[in-house]
Amino acid sequence: MESIKAKLAKIVGPDYVSDQPEERYLYAMDPGTMPPRKPDFVVLPENTAQVAAIVRLANMEKIPLVPMGAGLVLSGLTRALKGGIILDMKRMNRILEVNEISRYALVEAGASQGMLQAHLKKHHPGLKHSMPDAPPMATLAGNVLIHGSGHLSHAAGFHSDMLNGLEVVLPSGEIASLGSCAVSPAWFARAPLPDLAGLFLGWAGTTGIVTKLAIKLYPRYKYEDILIFVADKPETVPDILYRITGAQIAEDITAWMTPKPLWAKGFQHINITFAADSKEELIWKRNLLRAAVKPYLESKEAGFMPLPPPMKHRFLQVPASDLARFADIKKGGGFEYVGAIMPVDRFPRAYQEGLNIAERFQAAYSLGARIIGVNHCMMFFYAYAFNRADAADVERAQQALEATNTAVLAMGGIPWKAEEPAQKQILAKMNPQMLGLMNQVRAMLDPNGIMNPGNWEVN
Amino acid sequence: MEHAEILHRCFRCGYCKFPDNYVDLNCPAYLKFRFETYSPGGRMWLLRGLLKGDLQPSARMQEILFSCATCGNCVNHCTMTGFKDLLLEAFTAGKEMLVQAGKLPPPVRDYLTPLLEHGNPFKLPAKKRGAWAAGTAADLYSNQEYLLYIGDVGSYTDRGRAMALSVSELLGRLGVSFGILGAREISDGNDARAMGEKDLFEELARRNLDLFRSAGIQKVITLSPHGFHALKNGYAALGGELQVFHYTQILAKRINKAAFTTPEPPLKVCYHDPCYLGRHNQEYNAARKILFSLPGIQLVEMERHRQNALCCGGGGGNFFTDILGGGADAPARVRVREAAATGAQVLAVACPICANMFEDALKVEGLEDRMHVKDISEVVLERKISS
Repeated sequence: MESIKAKLAKIVGPDYVSDQPEERYLYAMDPGTMPPRKPDFVVLPENTAQVAAIVRLANMEKIPLVPMGAGLVLSGLTRALKGGIILDMKRMNRILEVNEISRYALVEAGASQGMLQAHLKKHHPGLKHSMPDAPPMATLAGNVLIHGSGHLSHAAGFHSDMLNGLEVVLPSGEIASLGSCAVSPAWFARAPLPDLAGLFLGWAGTTGIVTKLAIKLYPRYKYEDILIFVADKPETVPDILYRITGAQIAEDITAWMTPKPLWAKGFQHINITFAADSKEELIWKRNLLRAAVKPYLESKEAGFMPLPPPMKHRFLQVPASDLARFADIKKGGGFEYVGAIMPVDRFPRAYQEGLNIAERFQAAYSLGARIIGVNHCMMFFYAYAFNRADAADVERAQQALEATNTAVLAMGGIPWKAEEPAQKQILAKMNPQMLGLMNQVRAMLDPNGIMNPGNWEVN
Repeated sequence: MEHAEILHRCFRCGYCKFPDNYVDLNCPAYLKFRFETYSPGGRMWLLRGLLKGDLQPSARMQEILFSCATCGNCVNHCTMTGFKDLLLEAFTAGKEMLVQAGKLPPPVRDYLTPLLEHGNPFKLPAKKRGAWAAGTAADLYSNQEYLLYIGDVGSYTDRGRAMALSVSELLGRLGVSFGILGAREISDGNDARAMGEKDLFEELARRNLDLFRSAGIQKVITLSPHGFHALKNGYAALGGELQVFHYTQILAKRINKAAFTTPEPPLKVCYHDPCYLGRHNQEYNAARKILFSLPGIQLVEMERHRQNALCCGGGGGNFFTDILGGGADAPARVRVREAAATGAQVLAVACPICANMFEDALKVEGLEDRMHVKDISEVVLERKISS
């Protein structure tokens, strides 16, 4: 009887399937704290037809499937919790279309943030997409599907809000087009059809494998600038953010709070990036932003931080390679964070909880938040560095993460791209009807339970 | 294993896979194989697994470690300033560990064994080393200002010999005083070191240094950037006190003295930065200065150039082992497609390994009618130099 490996090799070619210890070892882990879970196979499909054939095979053989982009989610969502096949999607990295007038890009699911950024800069210099704070290898699809956010999220919301449509291989092996592409050759919107894309957003690959997607693009202006507003009373931050977001001038608004360098300790820094077509417009926008926080400036309760040009340049760099270096602050190669989606009015409590947890676990931490929409919500992050070579330190970081997830849920927030234990915490708190509906949807789409099993499961 | 203390510090963020602008994959091994295991970060974690006993020095592990082209793209683009400079050293140490355990891929053994037994990896007699110079004006070294060091690939491959001839002729025309070692030349050992054969490298280096000392050689011009790197950096660490130049550096200083007889037809040229000249030794300007000096030459740059150049896939001994060969994603094939996209008629190189790799790749890609691979010296000589 033909082995599973031989059947996979027939689909993707022998060079692109592995059951070797080296691939099983490496693909069992991501850079976060979650323990390894080995796949039986790793495959690298090249196109949608190959993905569909793999899904059909997995259905026949009842083998779990785990789709993976760059594997940078940090919360272990691409580990094979119940074994099976990891589909590393990054060979499918083509940029298929950029519609300049309608401002969207159609890409394959393995296309990276960095490659789209480079493509747009070269061929469509007037356009850009919203880059997350992930490294450039992170895939566009992965970030959209986990409800990521990025450098245009104040202006345009979650990255899943910027999704125009999907091509997805269903657990049956059928290929579905969702959004305008279902009835039109153009991928311009999800409206006005029933929005089935939601069946695949936030589901951690448990409902299907996305193979193509179209995302919205935005103007890339000639000039850009950044202001950093600094406060030292966290209870003032929600109002400050309300005022700044109310101006609707910025592209991105992020807060950061860190104990190092020492000059930053105890302050809440709010980065406000904005852009314009002319220097005059840029100055006008800067003045509007200053006007928005005028009461704070007049009372000297808070103010703008002077920024020398090199520092300004560093803050405007996208993607910011500085962020990955947080993993090396303990010379330990690791960090993981809880990204909590929560209302902006929870900022003071979220901040204080972060300090408390870091102190309780003696964790090297960094706190921050990205504002989504016009203060509609925020992604408040609690990042903890750990030393990968020190098991006790990894465990300490895990405990800090777990405690943070508990605190976030208690505050009325929801952990984002939640790791397996955090998913269980969320499900325990979830409205039973929603949980029931999720289970019904999964049972209908995936009767054999092959799609990334172990995720979004109570047991 | 040396540098084991940095292995766990890799976060696997993946900046190492890219050039500065992220336009495409720039790690040759990852580009070719696409499994995370073949990326620099994957290699870091696998080496850690090997040291912990979680993994064995299997055939797959050997292929993964020896597929590294030592191009240095990862060192250039890693964000971890605390240890990035040690990445290649760690990979080489990993290979050294396998070499010492006798766990080698067969093509690596097939390279190292004849190098040990014959002094070159081609299993050819030493007397053939200088055969390229027969009938030319290149004399054996005898107190000339420079030794022109040719190296294995320049001595024993057709393409390398043609390049040696061309460089030798041009140096002569520009009045450079040089001699060659001919049959006495010994392998520089650069690629043996890159393959983790540190002892063999040191043995070759000592023999070369003894030979240079006994012949009174103080200044060396190398044909290959690999030899340049070994003699300039590796030998210095072993007590060598040589002044080492790549031939493009000498030509760049002298090219203004050359007179070109006639106006030349325009020629569009793109230049490929060899890794051991560029990323390893930060020499990006010499070849460009030469090309800028020539009448009729229009230099166009590939999207990835200077510190962002995509390696030809021949470094780290891969020219000999061919682990990175085959398939449309073989680095040399990707690179010639990138070169052809510039519209250049000539892909100019400054390394005999790159020349061999790209000529083969042009044939496979069916681009021979659109583009030719030429060494910098060949481009100069075709411009009807009169002096």
